[in-house]
Amino acid sequence: MGAYLTRRVLLMVLTLFGMSVLIFVMLRLVPGNIADILVDSAGIADPKEKAKIARELGLDRPIFDQYLQWVGGLVRGDLGFAYVSERPALEEIAPRIPISAKLAGLALFFSVILGVPLGVISAVRQNSGIDYLLRIVSLSGLSLPSFWLGLLILMASVQWFGMIPIYTNEPRSFIDEMLLLSIPAAAVGFRSSALIMRLTRSSMLEVLRQDYIRTARSKGASQTTVNYVHALRNALLPVVTIIGIEAAFLVGGLIVTETVFNIPGVARFLVEAILWRDYPIVQNLVMLIAFCVVVVNFLVDMAYMALDPRIKYAD
Amino acid sequence: MRNRLAIIAGGLAAAVVMSAPAFAQKQGGTLRVSHRDNPPSASIHEEATISVNMPFMSVFNNLVFFDPKEKINSPDKIVPELAESWSWNDNKTKLTFKLRSGVKWHDGKPFTSKDVKCTWDALSGKDDKQEIIRKNPRKVWYKNLKEVTTNGDNEVTFTLEREQPSFLSMLAAGYSPVYPCHVDSRAMRSKPIGTGPFKVAEFKRNEAIKLVRNPDYWKKGRPYLDALEFKIVPNRSTRVLGFVAGEFDLTFDSDITFPLLKDVKDQKKDAICEARPTNVHGNLLVNRDAPPFDNPKLREALVYSLDRKPFSDILAQGNDLRGATMLPPPAGVWGMTQAELEKLPGFGPDIEKNREVARGLMKELGYGPDKPLKIKVSTRNIAIYRDPAVILIDQLKQIYIDAELEPIDTTIWYNKIQQKNYQVGMNLTGAGLDDPDGVFYENFYSTSDRNYTAYKNPEIDKMIDEQSAETDVNKRKAMVSKIEQALLKDAARPPITHGVANTCWAPAVKNLVLQHNSIYNGWRLEDVWLDK
Repeated sequence: MGAYLTRRVLLMVLTLFGMSVLIFVMLRLVPGNIADILVDSAGIADPKEKAKIARELGLDRPIFDQYLQWVGGLVRGDLGFAYVSERPALEEIAPRIPISAKLAGLALFFSVILGVPLGVISAVRQNSGIDYLLRIVSLSGLSLPSFWLGLLILMASVQWFGMIPIYTNEPRSFIDEMLLLSIPAAAVGFRSSALIMRLTRSSMLEVLRQDYIRTARSKGASQTTVNYVHALRNALLPVVTIIGIEAAFLVGGLIVTETVFNIPGVARFLVEAILWRDYPIVQNLVMLIAFCVVVVNFLVDMAYMALDPRIKYAD
Repeated sequence: MRNRLAIIAGGLAAAVVMSAPAFAQKQGGTLRVSHRDNPPSASIHEEATISVNMPFMSVFNNLVFFDPKEKINSPDKIVPELAESWSWNDNKTKLTFKLRSGVKWHDGKPFTSKDVKCTWDALSGKDDKQEIIRKNPRKVWYKNLKEVTTNGDNEVTFTLEREQPSFLSMLAAGYSPVYPCHVDSRAMRSKPIGTGPFKVAEFKRNEAIKLVRNPDYWKKGRPYLDALEFKIVPNRSTRVLGFVAGEFDLTFDSDITFPLLKDVKDQKKDAICEARPTNVHGNLLVNRDAPPFDNPKLREALVYSLDRKPFSDILAQGNDLRGATMLPPPAGVWGMTQAELEKLPGFGPDIEKNREVARGLMKELGYGPDKPLKIKVSTRNIAIYRDPAVILIDQLKQIYIDAELEPIDTTIWYNKIQQKNYQVGMNLTGAGLDDPDGVFYENFYSTSDRNYTAYKNPEIDKMIDEQSAETDVNKRKAMVSKIEQALLKDAARPPITHGVANTCWAPAVKNLVLQHNSIYNGWRLEDVWLDK
């Protein structure tokens, strides 16, 4: 187990190194840089102005030097200066992370808390009225883009309650914040919950047909014990995999939801930074996302072991 | 008896009216405004977008200013601001300002004539060492400025190379605030220091711009508001819904298009919405330095192909204005009347006749229904650029041009144009000042940094200089019309329509005067108050 963990950690480091090279190179392959954009934003045609800004920001230095400077800074905890705001990148990124983390956490919470139980209900009541209803709901969850659902929620709030649940002022308390974030989180989580529900249902149906379930029933175990103790635990393996993948994909959903609900999180900030070719912000944020994905994948692998005692990671 | 009762009732009503308290402005409150995007910076001198002017103009003062109570910016409506008075010498080449004394920058340092000198030394490019700006998009505005000299702390003189009647107007524009000498460009871009009615409290990207009342403002009793809050909401649907729900008191400038106006009025019955020309006009960029449009006949055919009405009908429910480069009257001071416009190539009322001319030219060049010219129409990949480009493509089919839309990432748009890597471009041009010097020098003068099509025509340069020196307004108007004709004949950014859009506010917002010939002016907001 110890050797496995060491291998995994080394692999994680290697993956993050690969990501750092990839994001660094890809950003520079995209046409235009911050100097172009800053000058363009004022509609200026003078190449001397561009060169002056590029020099000021160190963009005229060799690419390899720029890469080493960034990675070196990253190791030391110095994320550099944001090109657009001209403030330390860390100061720009840090306050936005908790906002997106709370939103993502809530969205994931909603998707699991809705998806898993409803998937189980749908499976154990297969072909009943409630099964059909839940299948329709899950299909709609997969079909509705979260930005559209978000806009519908905003329109309905304005129309029926005369208020709009958008993030225009910093919430006064944690509860206020959770209440404010719960609506966009539901909009993002709805799609994931639909996916989790469908997967839980099919996985449960498969498990419920297994011999050991019949044995449990013949031993006189209650329906609830059979469903939730014997069947669900074994049905959860593919569901956990999909939850891990969804956690990574959640960032994509957050971008549009943060825009529609005007939440000043990292996802919207990242898109803005990409548009401005604000390299220090984009590079560091993508690395952060890559780090989260790598860690979530690792945790999912660990969860397999906890859920299925047959799985052992050999040294 | 009835008459007597009527007289008594009338008398009572008059007494009530006369004894009612005067309609007094209220002090205090925060004006909440929606903002469409992240401003590139807070430095007005470095930028060319309303995204900067609207939130940050109230941080600064100019020497002189277009009267904020007037809807039309015109040279006879200029009022003093940091200057108490001004005077010209006999040959109108020296403009001397007596400056207001006792004015302080937001950091407490005194405002003096040195600040005026260093601002215009930097803007005119006379002193490259000035670090108050990094970019200088309107350098050409001051090409006629020879020097700025100070006489003590409270007097400054601008010496011009020759007479330039528009010079004062340029100083009165929203793009001409006075900057402090002692603050560097980086600080001016992130947390600028001014002398204006509001101080910057916070400029948080993707979130908000918060300005608070300047308690030491030199104009006593102003501003009325305690604070201004511009919330950055990039999604227009969210912004509009936020206004309807009462989250904002004022929409972003010209944010409510005509199709949206009905929704706003339906959902917020008490909203006050005002339509006004934006002085932003759509135009074509034609790459005259590469085939096929290096051929003047082909460029002329383009000019005759345009039917401006569908652009207005489809995009603005018929509210956009037909005009040449200068904004047409009544809002525009220098633009041509509709009767005059009809004499311009391609502006004639008989569209079919115009297109017959265009088709004739195309046939001369060997094109026809069986052999159309295949081109790309490039434009910024955002709706306000793409939508007119699609209409243009449809119209070009009428003259045997088979065009394909090439949407360009907005961040590299000007780059592509400067590199001449396009054939025809659909473009929007905003005028910071409704004045021929501001518009022509900036966009068409061969040495202008904002002449991004690199249009060079010595004849046009000469005509621009000549109109700039003309002091007789009527003669100058005639010269402006001639420039318009020459530009159109040369297919230099053929204009399509001038935009008109709505800005809405809640009834509690009082004293807001929108200026109708430039959206970039009039955002000092010191006279605005809230009746809450």
